[in-house]
Amino acid sequence: MANYSTNEFKAGLKVMLDGDPCSIVENELVKPGKGQAFNRVKLRNLMTGRVGEKTFKSGDSLEGADVMDLEMEYLYTDGDMWHFMKTDGSFEQYAVEKKALGDTDKWLKEQVPYIITLWNDKAISVTPPNFIELEVVETDPGLKGDTAQGGSKPATLSSGAVVRVPLFINQGEVLKIDTRSGDYVSRA
Amino acid sequence: MAIDWQPSASIETLRERARLLVKVRAFFAQRDVLEVETPVLGQGGSTDVHLVSLHTLARTDKGQRRLWLQTSPEFHMKRLLAAGSGPIFQLAKSFRDGEVGSRHNIEFTMLEWYRPQFTLTKLIDETATLILSLLPSFPGPVVHYRYRELFHTHLEIDPFTTSVEKLRLVAAKRAQMPTQSLANEGRDTCLDLLMSVVIEPQLGQHELSVVIDYPSSQASLARRHQDSDGEWVASRFELYLNGIELANGYDELTDEAEQRARFAQDNAERRRLGLPEVDVDERLLAALEHGMPEGAGVALGIDRLIQLALGKARLEDVLAFSTPNC
Repeated sequence: MANYSTNEFKAGLKVMLDGDPCSIVENELVKPGKGQAFNRVKLRNLMTGRVGEKTFKSGDSLEGADVMDLEMEYLYTDGDMWHFMKTDGSFEQYAVEKKALGDTDKWLKEQVPYIITLWNDKAISVTPPNFIELEVVETDPGLKGDTAQGGSKPATLSSGAVVRVPLFINQGEVLKIDTRSGDYVSRA
Repeated sequence: MAIDWQPSASIETLRERARLLVKVRAFFAQRDVLEVETPVLGQGGSTDVHLVSLHTLARTDKGQRRLWLQTSPEFHMKRLLAAGSGPIFQLAKSFRDGEVGSRHNIEFTMLEWYRPQFTLTKLIDETATLILSLLPSFPGPVVHYRYRELFHTHLEIDPFTTSVEKLRLVAAKRAQMPTQSLANEGRDTCLDLLMSVVIEPQLGQHELSVVIDYPSSQASLARRHQDSDGEWVASRFELYLNGIELANGYDELTDEAEQRARFAQDNAERRRLGLPEVDVDERLLAALEHGMPEGAGVALGIDRLIQLALGKARLEDVLAFSTPNC
């Protein structure tokens, strides 16, 4: 992979830092009028998802990381691995480990497209679509007439996620959920 | 893809910018400070190791010559002072290659002025008065700090006496930097790093912060004097607001031999670091030899001050066209 110098650091650039692939979030030149220039760089570690800040001398460089984001549909799990298939018509499949799946395990639904981040052709993270439609498999019975505000209750969805829903929602209904916040949006 | 031709700043912001510049000119007119215009191009450039100068080739009456785009109007203005101009100010286009960011633009406007016979203290007062007159609301008192005192308060180390080894460790830790990348760096780099990353963001919060008594190695074009602890320090100040460096002022060096030695020292350091040498401004040195009146001068990043006065997030928000958009 190519090396990138601090002046080429831009949001979204993927670089290697301490052995992990990272995505640059922000790069700011810090330079006193009289004195040495530095770059304060915010990076997201793509293995852990954690964002940290680092300083580099201006002109220092980092090795690029062979990272790409691909759209893939969820197929099934065999218990050990989660299997996805590219949506580009190639039918190429990737097996994803539990660790890479992370919190996305509670938003899995067959045939829904996810963004799989590959590092050196190995899946390291799975990002669900911002909104997903899931069926309620368990919740307290809906309260008739209560369609306005007031109160919420937990509901378990077909993917295993538990979300707060309004009191009028019934088992078997399909709901639209925001996967970023885990919030109920509407009936689908 | 459509070409983005739109200005970086809104037209309304440019109107406000113009209004602020009218105020700046009125401030100096009232004080009998003469507005001057000096060339952007010069046969000499800044030797400052940390500045990257742009240069160009021009066909002059002496044939093809390399001319330097000025990193500040300092050298030309000092030649005017030596010629007897008296107090002068300038809003000067200045150029520093590679400086791009939310507080930097390769081409920017420097407000620079010189006050023969002024002490540094008197110039600090005048600079603070100008800044306060341009801000929409009073940011708080003007508070003075010594460089050394800031390091004691924020880092519990002494910038002059702490060993370089210790400084490297503290700087690497506080700036989240791998220790090995500072392994070959000297005291000043460590101090710059701690100043920029740890101390500076805390300065100018609900006050206008003035920092004085910089390390003597960071004197640049300022005189040196012994401070109250007997330490040799630079007769230099910096002014900060909202964690942003706004102005840098000197009790100006007028000694030709000392100035020549500092230029040579810079170029020697440039050779050591494998950086290109910069043509020394012989005309400035000749002017100093003739005699420049003693006094103080200051360079203020007027784009940054306008940015703060108008509450804008990025420097480009107050520039008609930022360098990426030029």
